[in-house]
Amino acid sequence: MNSPARIARNCEVSLTVNGRTETVRAFPMERLLDVLRRDLGLTGAKEGCGEGECGSCSVLMNGEVVNSCLIPILQAAGTTLITIEGLAAGPHLSQLQTAFLECGGSQCGICTPGMILAAHNLLSKNPEPTLGEIREALAGNLCRCTGYMQIFEAVLQAAQRVKGA
Amino acid sequence: MRSDPAEYQLIAPGTVAEVIRRLADEPGGWLPIAGGTDVMVQYAAGKLSARRLISIANLPELRGIEVLPHEIRIGACSTYTQIREHKVVTEEFPLLARAARWTGGVANQNRGTLGGNIVNASPAADSLPALLVYEANLILISVRGLRTVPYLGFHTGYKKMQLAPDELIQSVCLPRCYSGYLHYARKVGARNAQAISKVCVAALGKLRESRAVDVRVALGSVAPVPIRLDEIERVAIDKPLETDVIARCRAAVVRAIQPIDDVRSSARYRSAVAGNLVVEFLEQLLASGKTT
Repeated sequence: MNSPARIARNCEVSLTVNGRTETVRAFPMERLLDVLRRDLGLTGAKEGCGEGECGSCSVLMNGEVVNSCLIPILQAAGTTLITIEGLAAGPHLSQLQTAFLECGGSQCGICTPGMILAAHNLLSKNPEPTLGEIREALAGNLCRCTGYMQIFEAVLQAAQRVKGA
Repeated sequence: MRSDPAEYQLIAPGTVAEVIRRLADEPGGWLPIAGGTDVMVQYAAGKLSARRLISIANLPELRGIEVLPHEIRIGACSTYTQIREHKVVTEEFPLLARAARWTGGVANQNRGTLGGNIVNASPAADSLPALLVYEANLILISVRGLRTVPYLGFHTGYKKMQLAPDELIQSVCLPRCYSGYLHYARKVGARNAQAISKVCVAALGKLRESRAVDVRVALGSVAPVPIRLDEIERVAIDKPLETDVIARCRAAVVRAIQPIDDVRSSARYRSAVAGNLVVEFLEQLLASGKTT
């Protein structure tokens, strides 16, 4: 069997990540997740399943939560991304991050960036979600530590604080 | 084993015209990729045989939901999120909105597309039974022009469909004629999000004086393609939905489907559940007392 033809790693892709314009050189089918972690040093997004089931690689692309393991870098060209690193303002955590800390919504931490970004996606569309809506919005993010209750509580708390602010 | 990105080409033309020209120049030479929620899974697993991919994800001509007086046209690359949040879809085509909500989690709904779901042709695709009962038409585009085909009959066998190698699905059209109908959908799976269905059903029905004047039932995960159960329609239409008619419909379901044993379920379980769901639909239809 002939080995498949190899292409050059010369696809130049520009995108905005956490407010900064970045240009990377990559193979066009490289996964956004790998480019974020390897080329941009943003290791908040984690690889869990690598097939869009677990949500640990979640990032916000043009404001919507997506699985970065399922996006070829070429399809991310020209987009605006926010990773977990971009959610805090300097040393100040976002309301959601604070609520996760206070409620024990994070234990081993693997799912946490994805959980927080999925919750962010929900609250940006629906600032006062019910518990059922929170469960549905986070159903694509798996956690094997918390049993989920502390996570739901954290999202409810963040929503109430934002409302009260 | 994971795929080596050096062995894959991916291009992203800026217009549909350029995409279909490439497809025409080398029929079968390029695999279209939209949201990537199926293609990238195969890629990650080292199982993607196509080496040259052409992105259609960001073409405005393939996105958006157009509301016309007699039908809605859903661009093939509209995402599940766009579908489930669209006012006319949720009001007039709730089975499709519900299926969009059942497909994957939110992150996959933000990327996965209706056209991709059709072309990926999984027998378990949750949106396809809805298209069967709403009698969707597909508009296909190629350099040869546009053609419209009914979705009913589009899938001809496992992963086989009436789409030429140089064609793309441009849009999915749904006729706006289902007010006064009972819309019924159920998904049976290990859980709602992320779980592939063991059985899913979409059904539509309309009664006049407790007789069924229109009954349509489609099932997923019980045959090599999503199927519409014509025999139920023959058994039930124009009859009062009495116990014996419902029992005959249940028997017709079990005869019509070809469920298999696999990792998700058993043929026996699928058969029993499919029958039960159709009975539940007919009982709800009877109870609804919907009339024209």
